[in-house]
Amino acid sequence: MSGPGATAVPAQARLCSAAGCRACGSEAIRSHLETSLAERGLAGRLRLRRVGCLGPCGAGPLLALDPGGARQGSVIFGGVTRADADSLVEALAAVRLDSWEPQAAQRFDQLHPFFRLQRRIVLENCGRIDPESIDEAIAAGAYVQLKRAVASSSPEAVIERIRRSGLRGRGGAGYPTGLKWQSVAGRPGPEKVVVCNADEGDPGAFMDRTVLEGDPHRVLEGMAIAAYAVGARLGFIYIRAEYELAIAHLRRAIEQASGRDLLGDVAIELRVGAGAYVCGEETALLHSIEGGRGTPRPRPPYPAEHGLWGRPTLINNVETFANVVPILREGADWFAAIGTPTSAGTKVFSLTGHVRLAGVLEVPMGTPLATVVEQMGGGAPGGVPIKAVQTGGPSGGCVPAKHLDTPVDYESLKELGTIMGSGGMVVLDATTDMVDLAAFFMGFCREESCGKCVPCRAGTVQLHDLLRKHLERRATAADLEQLESLCHMVADTSLCGLGQSAPRPVLSALRHFRGDFLALLQPKASAVP
Amino acid sequence: MTVITLTIDGRSVATASGATLLEAARAGGSAIPTLCHLEGLSPVAACRLCLVEIDGDSRLQPACVTAAAEGMVVRTTSPRLAELRRTVIELLFTEGNHVCAICVANGHCELQDLAVAVGMDHSRLPYRFPSRSVDLSHPLFGLDHNRCILCTRCVRVCAEVEGAHVWDVGWRGEHCRIISGLDQPWGAVDACTDCGKCVQVCPTGALFHKGDGTEEKEGHPEQLQVLVRARQQGGAP
Repeated sequence: MSGPGATAVPAQARLCSAAGCRACGSEAIRSHLETSLAERGLAGRLRLRRVGCLGPCGAGPLLALDPGGARQGSVIFGGVTRADADSLVEALAAVRLDSWEPQAAQRFDQLHPFFRLQRRIVLENCGRIDPESIDEAIAAGAYVQLKRAVASSSPEAVIERIRRSGLRGRGGAGYPTGLKWQSVAGRPGPEKVVVCNADEGDPGAFMDRTVLEGDPHRVLEGMAIAAYAVGARLGFIYIRAEYELAIAHLRRAIEQASGRDLLGDVAIELRVGAGAYVCGEETALLHSIEGGRGTPRPRPPYPAEHGLWGRPTLINNVETFANVVPILREGADWFAAIGTPTSAGTKVFSLTGHVRLAGVLEVPMGTPLATVVEQMGGGAPGGVPIKAVQTGGPSGGCVPAKHLDTPVDYESLKELGTIMGSGGMVVLDATTDMVDLAAFFMGFCREESCGKCVPCRAGTVQLHDLLRKHLERRATAADLEQLESLCHMVADTSLCGLGQSAPRPVLSALRHFRGDFLALLQPKASAVP
Repeated sequence: MTVITLTIDGRSVATASGATLLEAARAGGSAIPTLCHLEGLSPVAACRLCLVEIDGDSRLQPACVTAAAEGMVVRTTSPRLAELRRTVIELLFTEGNHVCAICVANGHCELQDLAVAVGMDHSRLPYRFPSRSVDLSHPLFGLDHNRCILCTRCVRVCAEVEGAHVWDVGWRGEHCRIISGLDQPWGAVDACTDCGKCVQVCPTGALFHKGDGTEEKEGHPEQLQVLVRARQQGGAP
């Protein structure tokens, strides 16, 4: 075959520049590659691009190689080293890029189940475009749907399409998005607000970060469409301070989009959180934007009625907004046909824990957990059997291995005593002590309780101490009984979702792995007080 | 004024629309325990003692902020509610250092009264004996954090009625503490008008007059109500 220099489309290397790959040195490899290519005069033969998340974060740094010319089939390499970068340059110089095999790196082609079984809608541009370039976003279709909606659809028609698509809130609760939009649109008053909840805080969850880092314009466009539909002119993105890269990309995206007047008459502002997990709860989030202490308040009134500074406020999660553009582009029926009848569309998950391939993936709703964990993630390393999969973080529970055929949708997970949650999926192998895990999550909630209501402030402390008593083998059957009843008390009486769901990891572990607790109990006679 | 009718503890109760369940229930003769709530201050629904059961609602709702609605069927007492309320009181006792025998508010303490009312003769949960401080920097009053239950009545009365906003809640979760100024000693906060309203509304012995000995502090939350009513009517009470 002819050399890449002779073809119309040069080969390109897409380097992941998301936080995960940066943490394992992708930027140093990129600049080394850039320098080497320039030194060898090869810059014109390999287009080096910086893109968002490529998927299997656990195998980073990641590099996707597109062969160029008329040839198809990208290959993704993981664990790329400086030496690999050197050998890539050598291969390019010798015009044998096709047969380049790095020494250290792992090789994934597109037929690998991790990629083959995905259905990328939210993440369609992620890993393909440079998240800092609005031109690349526009070339990928950004802001077309917003323009079209404003020019040729009424706000009611937009809401109707979202309603018919069956899209449900991706933040965890699964509230029908169309209904939420409708209730905000139906409130009187001209001064409404749209808020994007990007305060992703569950341990093991980084889906929203991936979307914001990799395709920020997608979220901005979704928000602007929502603002048009509900009649808002002000938008806020509330993002946790730890997401430095996502914040930088968003700031740039907002500047670029408003600089080109692409957001219409919607002004979108960024608000950076101060580190409280509970600020992901919508009323606490609103208090925080208002400049107050991040504490929740009782609902009703819901933000749709009484939100930011008392105005009707629409709050949706990052991934929810990121679904808006494809729904408008492809149609509500197209979206409704994906997934299950009650859970339409896809779900982005961050797969972590005891799993060979950890990273971010997007699958149709209803995909069995086993497909995600065993086929796509490759199961637990070392062939250790899987004990359970934890979903929903500190508000969720676990699905034991025997139920891994469970389809991921809102209802099926709820039946098993857990929740879909925002998309964190932590794989636990047979070595996991479920009491230890329950204690970890309770310790998290204890730390993150805002302290406003008594059951959460004092109850999570007592629950955490009770769990530690179990771990230290000082607990008796009476302690186990108290643990269980206090769990129900905290769940039933707490003010907000944090306290109400804090006991769920414990109750879920008790439901599926009671033996783990019983094995730690002291016989009655030798119990230590 | 529109009147609505609802059923509370089996009794039919008529109340003005816009009333809370707490107002309706108390008017109808049902005693719902409360701690953070105080007439005249904004509600915060934080103590969770006033949770009630409502037919058709799977969750318990705080009576202090839930609007009474036509046809609602509400239960303010049940074995389940009694158990939950007792546990709330136990949690409050175990997270602080409440030693009634040596407390200025002994005999006049809302927390103590509630413990008796809910039948808490002992705590089934272990006492945590936290290490907490006492602020005696103010010339007239003292604040003993050991006895504070974080009801935030002092925060609200100072901000909403006195308009001085001396108090706030600092820190998070179990480390929450009532703070004056920007966590300065109370006596160093210039905004304090020495009005003593916070001491009057404090349900326990946490805020007290410096001269008070054991059992000598009596709160006077009713004075707040007189004041608030007088302001609303725009004249003398």
